[in-house]
Amino acid sequence: MDSIDRTIIRATQAGLPLTPEPYQTLAQQIGISADELMQRLTHMQTTGIIRRIGAVPNHYKLGYRHNGMTVWDVADAQMDNLGTQVGLLDFVSHCYHRPRHLPEWPYNLFAMIHSKTAAEAEQHIADIAALLGTHCRAHDVLYSTRILKKTGLRISQ
Amino acid sequence: MLSPLHKQLLNNYQQEFPLSPRPYLEIANHLGVTEAEVLSAFSELAEHNFISRIGPVIPPNHIGLSTLVAMAIPRAQLTAVAHLVNRFPEVNHNYEREHRFNLWFVLIATDQQHLQTVIANIETQTGFKTMQLPLLADYFINLGFQLDLDETRQAVEQADAVSA
Repeated sequence: MDSIDRTIIRATQAGLPLTPEPYQTLAQQIGISADELMQRLTHMQTTGIIRRIGAVPNHYKLGYRHNGMTVWDVADAQMDNLGTQVGLLDFVSHCYHRPRHLPEWPYNLFAMIHSKTAAEAEQHIADIAALLGTHCRAHDVLYSTRILKKTGLRISQ
Repeated sequence: MLSPLHKQLLNNYQQEFPLSPRPYLEIANHLGVTEAEVLSAFSELAEHNFISRIGPVIPPNHIGLSTLVAMAIPRAQLTAVAHLVNRFPEVNHNYEREHRFNLWFVLIATDQQHLQTVIANIETQTGFKTMQLPLLADYFINLGFQLDLDETRQAVEQADAVSA
């Protein structure tokens, strides 16, 4: 990844232009050819710097008003196995292993769930609890009550 | 509110957006509509904030170093502390959550030293400690989140009615 790649990522964080030739438009801004831009985007996808290219939905606006950060205290030996299974659930958008901070924070598995109703959210939490079974000692759910700041990815030069 | 075309674009193009000179035309040909229809449908989705953008999605820690940070702030001071935290350009998302740890944000820095400097500055300026929760593993499997768009309008209207 070089400075041109970084410039490309920065330039696309506001979104591809909604014009017939968006890569051409963007390439001109960056000062490279449209072919080079597309090649670099393809290469960054192959190497995993870019996970996917597509429309980024706004879950909340689409009716998913019950979005919870579910957190679980999972036995370390089972973490990768169970984390992978939770990540596969279709209502989970992100699933991460993070460190505990004992004693005040015993949770090491984080799964973001998106639901349209409170009842649906409860069902999703019950589904995860059932999947983790006895390997989970405790869990909690943190619903967001206010978005205090939300900006796109910002990267330095 | 959402037309069948809106729904197709939302569910089929969260990934594999065409990397070709005329991507909207390619989508249009695939769906049997015109390029102009695809462009206006995407414009409407963006205008109404149903999508935040069309573009590349970068997994955490592939560019720079990021960490999730949580803070436990007394209710009366939460807004003031949030303002202080938001002033840092390294702070990406910042959410209030219902918990003793009620302030949750993502920091993106160039390297570990930069990250720790920002954390130290946040603690000094706010007078509260932080809890750092960096990512240890990402259990990312499926591409895109399958949206159930059938009852979107109804659900949104209900939610709006409740909060109004």
